[in-house]
Amino acid sequence: MAGRVEGKVAFITGAARGQGRSHAIRLAQEGADIIAVDIAEDIPYNVHSGATEADLAETVRQVEALDRRIVASKVDVRDFPALKAAVDDGVAQLGRLDIVSANAGVGGTPQLAEEFPEDQWQTMIDINLSGVWHAAKAAIPHLKAGGRGGSIILTSSEAGIRGYANMAHYVSAKHGVVGLMRSLAMELAPYSIRVNSIHPTQVNTDMIQNSAIYDLFTGKQGSTKEEFAAASQAVIALPIPWVEPVDISNAVLWLASDEARFVTGVPLPVDGGNYLI
Amino acid sequence: MPGRVEGKVAFVTGAARGQGRSHALRLAQEGADIIAVDLTGQIDTVPYAMSTPEDLDETVRQVEALDRRIVATQADVRDFDALKGALDAGVAQLGKLDIVSANAGIFSFGTLDELTEEQWNDMLAVNLTGVWHTVKAAIPHLKANGGGSMILTSSTAGLLAIPNIGHYVAAKHGVVGVMKTAALELAPFNIRVNSVHPTSVNTDMIQNSAAYELFAPDLTPEQRTKEALAPRFQTLNVLPIPWVEPVDISNAVLWLASDESRYVTGLEVRVDAGQLLK
Amino acid sequence: MAGRVEGKVAFVTGAARGQGRSHALRLAQEGADIIAVDICESIPSIERYYPGSTQADLDETVRQIEALDRRVVARKADVRDFDALKSALDEGVAELGHVDVVAANAGVFAFGDKTHEVSDADWQDVIDINQTGVWHTAKAVIPHLIEQGTGGSMILTSSTAGLKGTPNVAAYTASKHAVVGIMRTLALELAPYRIRVNTVHPTGVATDMILNEAAFKLFLPDVEHPTKEQAAEVFASTNALPIPWVEPVDISNAVLFLASDEARYVTGTELKVDAGYTIK
Repeated sequence: MAGRVEGKVAFITGAARGQGRSHAIRLAQEGADIIAVDIAEDIPYNVHSGATEADLAETVRQVEALDRRIVASKVDVRDFPALKAAVDDGVAQLGRLDIVSANAGVGGTPQLAEEFPEDQWQTMIDINLSGVWHAAKAAIPHLKAGGRGGSIILTSSEAGIRGYANMAHYVSAKHGVVGLMRSLAMELAPYSIRVNSIHPTQVNTDMIQNSAIYDLFTGKQGSTKEEFAAASQAVIALPIPWVEPVDISNAVLWLASDEARFVTGVPLPVDGGNYLI
Repeated sequence: MPGRVEGKVAFVTGAARGQGRSHALRLAQEGADIIAVDLTGQIDTVPYAMSTPEDLDETVRQVEALDRRIVATQADVRDFDALKGALDAGVAQLGKLDIVSANAGIFSFGTLDELTEEQWNDMLAVNLTGVWHTVKAAIPHLKANGGGSMILTSSTAGLLAIPNIGHYVAAKHGVVGVMKTAALELAPFNIRVNSVHPTSVNTDMIQNSAAYELFAPDLTPEQRTKEALAPRFQTLNVLPIPWVEPVDISNAVLWLASDESRYVTGLEVRVDAGQLLK
Repeated sequence: MAGRVEGKVAFVTGAARGQGRSHALRLAQEGADIIAVDICESIPSIERYYPGSTQADLDETVRQIEALDRRVVARKADVRDFDALKSALDEGVAELGHVDVVAANAGVFAFGDKTHEVSDADWQDVIDINQTGVWHTAKAVIPHLIEQGTGGSMILTSSTAGLKGTPNVAAYTASKHAVVGIMRTLALELAPYRIRVNTVHPTGVATDMILNEAAFKLFLPDVEHPTKEQAAEVFASTNALPIPWVEPVDISNAVLFLASDEARYVTGTELKVDAGYTIK
C-alpha cells in the first residue's frame, strides 16, 4: 500500500530530536524523503539543553532505516542564507519539495514580562517567529517552482491561542506565528500551497521535562515530575498530563497529505481539550 | 461634571500625530494629564514620511490648550533605556501613572518571500518589541499606583491576515500575545490590559502613495486619488465607510482607560466597521 | 454637557430588575428615553433556582427612570410571545417617536443537570427565552430601525458561556452561543443601514440570577448550605481580576459605550466584561 505522503519531499526544521525528529520519522514511514536541519548546539537562555550533532545523526539513522532518503544539515534558522542553502541543496539532491514543517523552537526561561532582559526577548523572537518566516521564505520558491502546490505546517503552541503568565516572549512569538500562517495562507492559496498551524499542549519532550517547567506549573520550587504531571493534567480536559510527539506528528501528517487538500489557514489544536478549560 | 478619566495620567507612545495625538487629546479632554513620546524621525524601510518634532510640538500645544499638563519627549520605542527615561521623567513631573496607550507603530509592504531582513526586523522591533518595551517600562509605575489600564494598539491584522503585509500581521498578532500574558500576570495588581484592533484609520499611515499603490496597482499614480481609493478601502469593511477616524479609536481607548471598564481585561476590542465578519 | 445617548430611545427587555433595570437607568442618566418590557412573572422551570420578577419590580424601574426626568413606556410582555413583544414596542415607538438602541437582555439561567439528564421542557424554556427571545426582539425592532433610516445599535446579552463551554449548564451555554450566531448574522445583514449589532459577555453579575443558594451549590456541591462568602471565594477563582463578580452597572457601561455614537464603527464584536474569566 502506498504511504500517505508517498513520493513527497518534506523539509523539517529542528529535526534532531523531539517533535522534529518525530515528524521526520512519521512522514518517512508514510513514504516521504526528508530535508532535515537543526542548530545542533546549545542556545543561551533556555531551561532545556540544545540538541547535538549526535541527535541529528540519530534522526538520519532512523529515517534511513525506513529506506527513505534524508539530507541533513547543521543550520540555525536565524541564519537565512545558511537555511536557504540547506533547502536548495536538499531539493537539488532529492528532486522536489512538497511539505514544510517549520518546527524549530525554544522554550526560553520563564520570567515576568517586565523582567526579561533585551537579549532573551530578542533571541526568542528571532528563533520562534523570524526563524519560522525564514523557513517559509526559503521553501516558497521551490514549492512554487514545483507547480504541484504544497503544504506548509507551522508549529505554534497552545500559547499561540491563549496567554500564559511568565512567558510573554514565547506567547508573543507563537501568536505571531498564527499571523504569519494567515498571511502565508492568503498569499499562497493561488498556487495551491496550503498553510496551517498546529497548537500542541504540553508535549513529552525535553522542552517541558525539566525542573524549571515543573516549578512554573506547580508554582513551587523543587517540584517532581509527578507533581508537574498533576498540575499539567489540571489544564487539559482529557485525563492525560501531556501528549507524545507522535500525536503532533499525526496532525502534521494529515495536514501534509492530500487528505487535507482543501484545508488551509487553520489553527489546529492538538491539546487534549486544553483550550476548553 | 468631572471628566471620565479626571485626574489620571496617561502615557501615549507615537503621540506626535495620527491616532497617538488623537488619544492624547481625547484623554486630555476627559481630564487626564499626558506623558507623550514619539520617534519624530524616519526609519529607512518605512515608505512614507514619519512624524517630525513640529508634530510633537503641535500635540503639546493642543493638550495645553485644554488646560492639561503634558510632558513630551523624543524617544524611540526600540530603545528601552530612552523610553524608560522618558516615562520615569514624566511620572516624576506628573506624580503617577494610570493609563498606558502603546500606540507607536509603522507600516511597510511586501509579500513574505520578497520582504527584506531589514523590513522584517524593523517591523518586529517597532510594532512588537516596542510594545513590550512600553509595557515593561510602565509596569513598575502602575504597580506603585495600585492599579491601572494598558491599551495596546494591535490591528484587525492582529486577528486575521491581509496579503502583502505578513511582517505587520505577525507583529500585530504578537501584540495580542503580549496583551494576554500581561493581563494574566497583572490581574492580581488590578492592572487591566486590553488591545484595540482598528480597521483602516484615516491617517498618514494609509493616506500615502505607497499604500495607495498596494490597494490600486491597476491605476496610474495620477489616478490614485483619495476619492479613487476610498471604494477600495471600503471593500474591507461591512459598514459602508472606507476608513474610520482616529477619534473612533480614541473613544474605545477612553472607555478602556476609564473606570467604566474596571472589570474588563484580556480583550481584543475591535473598532473595525465589521471587517472581522467578512 | 449633553448626555452620551441624549435624545435617543432605547428598547430594553428584561427591564424589571437586575442588569435590565441597570441598563435602562444608565441609558436614561445619559439622556435616553426608555421602552421597557419584562415578563413580570415566575417561570415554573426556573423557579426552583430563583424567583421571577414582578410587576412591582417593573414599576420601580419606571419610578427610577422618571426620577431622572426621562420618559418611559413600560409593558408586561414575554419575549417568547412575538405579538405581545411587538405590540409593546410599537406602542413605545408611537409614544416616544422612534427607537435607536436595543438591549436584548431578557434571559434565564438553569443549571445543575448533566446534559443528557436535562428534561425536554427545561431545555425548551431556556432556548425559547434566551435564544428565540433575542431573535423576537430583533425581529420586532428591525423594521423600525430600517424605516427610520438613522442607523441604530443593537446590543445582545450573551455570556462568558457564549464563548466557552460550561459543564452542567447545557441549555444556557447553547443558547448563549446561539446569540453570537444571531449577532454575527444581523451585523452583516444590517451594516448597509448603519445598524450596528454587538454582543456583551458578562462573567458572574451580582444579581438574583447567581446570588442564590442553588447557584452557590453549582460551585460548592459538597456544602449543604453554602454562604455568599463561601461562594465569593470560588467565584473569584474563576476570574483573573481579584473579584468574585461584577456589578450590573459594569455591564451597563459597556452597553452605553456600544449604544453611543462613540462606537459608531464598532459592529460584529463580542465584547467581554468578564474580569479576565475567558483568558484564564
